[in-house]
Amino acid sequence: MLRVCLKGANSAARKCLCGNGVPLHPLQQCRSYTSGGSGSSAGKIVAASVLTMGGGVGGTILYANWDPKFRANVEKSIPYSDQVFGLALGPAAPPPVINKPRKVEPVQISSMSEVWKDSKQPKAKEVQRKAEQPDAEGPPAPAPQETLEAAAKCTECEHEPAVKERPEGEVAARLAEQDKAEQDLLTSLSSNLEDALGSTAKVTLQAIGAQEAALQAIAQHTRQLREAMEAEAPPDKKSTQWRVLEDALSERSRSVDEAGAAVLKAKAELDKLRGVIDGAKHLKIAAARPSILAAEENLHSMVVDLDSVVTRVQTAQSEAKIVSQYSELVNEAKAQFQKELNSITPEIQANWKGLTGKLTQDDLNSLIAHAHRRIDQLNRELAEQRVREQIHIDSALEQQKLEDKKALEVAISTALEHNREQMRLEQEKKVEETREVMEAEMRTQLRRQAAAHTDHLRDVLKVQEQELRSEAEEILNSSLMEKETEYRRLTQDQLDSFTLDMNAAYARLKGMEEAIDSHVIAEEEARKAHQLWLSVEALNYTLKTAALNDPTEPLEGAVQAIKESCAEDEFAQALATALPSESLSRGVYSEASLRARFYTIRQLARRVALIDETRNSLYQYFLSYLQAMLLFEKAQEAPPAKLSAEDLDTFKLLSYAAYSLEHGDLELAAKLVNQLKGESRRVAQDWLKEARLTLETKQVVSLLSAYANAVGLGTTMAP
Amino acid sequence: MANEHGQKWDRCLADSAVKIATGLGVGIVFSVLFFKRRTWPVAFGSGVGLGMGYSNCQQDFRSPYQLHGHRVKVSKSNTS
Repeated sequence: MLRVCLKGANSAARKCLCGNGVPLHPLQQCRSYTSGGSGSSAGKIVAASVLTMGGGVGGTILYANWDPKFRANVEKSIPYSDQVFGLALGPAAPPPVINKPRKVEPVQISSMSEVWKDSKQPKAKEVQRKAEQPDAEGPPAPAPQETLEAAAKCTECEHEPAVKERPEGEVAARLAEQDKAEQDLLTSLSSNLEDALGSTAKVTLQAIGAQEAALQAIAQHTRQLREAMEAEAPPDKKSTQWRVLEDALSERSRSVDEAGAAVLKAKAELDKLRGVIDGAKHLKIAAARPSILAAEENLHSMVVDLDSVVTRVQTAQSEAKIVSQYSELVNEAKAQFQKELNSITPEIQANWKGLTGKLTQDDLNSLIAHAHRRIDQLNRELAEQRVREQIHIDSALEQQKLEDKKALEVAISTALEHNREQMRLEQEKKVEETREVMEAEMRTQLRRQAAAHTDHLRDVLKVQEQELRSEAEEILNSSLMEKETEYRRLTQDQLDSFTLDMNAAYARLKGMEEAIDSHVIAEEEARKAHQLWLSVEALNYTLKTAALNDPTEPLEGAVQAIKESCAEDEFAQALATALPSESLSRGVYSEASLRARFYTIRQLARRVALIDETRNSLYQYFLSYLQAMLLFEKAQEAPPAKLSAEDLDTFKLLSYAAYSLEHGDLELAAKLVNQLKGESRRVAQDWLKEARLTLETKQVVSLLSAYANAVGLGTTMAP
Repeated sequence: MANEHGQKWDRCLADSAVKIATGLGVGIVFSVLFFKRRTWPVAFGSGVGLGMGYSNCQQDFRSPYQLHGHRVKVSKSNTS
């Protein structure tokens, strides 16, 4: 039936699962049911959930991309989202750094602005004219200039508007930083300037030297050339002269080249120096101004020197050109003459001067004729030349004028430049001086003011001091008086309280001493009681030493101990002496052994139940035995409260006694056994005696222990 | 005290056994010597022995209760 039920349950379950499936193959149907029909809807559910999750995640990422705060929130709340975000969007942009407020534009002190206004205008003009670059540089250039001067005087006050924006410590730190930075810049600047100056000076000197050398070389060359042209030396000397001339020419060209290169280098260095000075000017450091000025002056002087040297070289070169042209012309004329001579007298060699001894008459004549012709020609040319002289001179003059004008213009422009530069430098120097003077004056004025202020403060402070001193003295005196009275009162109080305390303490001490004494007594009592109790316990313990069928140890020792421990206690002494002597000497049997013995006694008593004084023949013995064998009584029977006459039967008595023994009542058992008569009694006498001893001893011991406990309790109670 | 009973019985039986054996022996002797090997002296002797033993046993068992009375003669002389 159980199987049927199970089957039914199974089929019902299957039906529920499968719905209206074909019952033929229910299991298979169920399987396909779970994978087929609901498969599509499960798939739909899965797809929908994946879509929503994906949408959620994508939306989160997009929004995080747009809103960094949201991104930070999400990263904080979801553990590994920061990695996902890092993958998808890249690292989060760091929070925008708040730039420290840069130097605030300096506030100009109105008293100084007039001085600067005057200096600003020519400066502005000069700067504008000097500026080669377009106007974009112009405004920043005057602006830095202005700020440079303003900053020179206002390095402290430029921080004053900023103090309200920044904390004090930061201001101090920034000031210190700026000062340090300025110092560093200054030192670097000065070192830069010095280096630049030094190098430039060196190079310029080199250039000047080179130019001088070139000048020398040119002069020498021209001199030599002129000598060579004009002097009529013998031919061999001429050749050496020409050679020397060539050397001088090469020397001159070389030195000119060198000079040119040196000048270029010097110009480059000067430009560099100018750039450095401009950069230094742009840095707007006040303390560097004198060095800047000095550098500028040096620059200017170097430029001037270089230019002068260059002009000298140029004049020398032009002179040399003239001389070289002259030499060329001369050479040309000579060459022409030589050609003519060669055409007339071809066999004569080049160096015709050395051939005067070898010429024949004809040759001489022809030579003279040629010379005459040449002279005529030259005269004619000369006359022509004289005529054309004026025209030539005019044209040359014109040319010269033009060139002169050009040169003049150039010279004027350079001179103007130099002058302007000079003036600017002088102006700057003057401005510096005036500034220093002004500063010194201001300082003195401020010092005077400060001195006056300190004097005034001192006077006021003195007066205040006096007032305050007198006030304070008054207060001090009054408070002193108060404190003294207070102190006196307090000391008196203290003394009184101290006396009281001392008395109280003394009384308590006395009380304590008495209490301790009484305690000592009480403890003595307690000790004695404890000792008594201990000895009683020892006695009790000895009682327990009874082995199964042997008596205990003799109680004598323990009783002696008790007697000693309670020497002055009569009750205990009496009790201790009340113990039966046999217990002292031999010991007593334990209840258990008595109980065990009782059974043999009982057996025996039963057997001799009929025997008494009157009937004691052997036949009676036989009868008694028969009776004991045949008579069955209860092993244990509860004794009644009162014994009636029929309870005095041996067997009954024995069963009562057995019952009471089993229930631990040795006393009652002994009482009952005491009721036995005749031979049974005689037989049980031994046992009875032992029982009596044990009972006596136990009674005495219990009395003693009760007494000891009572005494102990009594001593522990507070009196 | 409990052992006394047992001891008494031991004594009693031992004594009885001895007496019976002695009686038997005497009876045998007498029967052999004087009564021409008749059985009655043997029986008689063992009986005597048994009786003596029984009596002794009894005596032993009774001994605690034995009262030894003394007749006290009341002299009528010189009492008025």
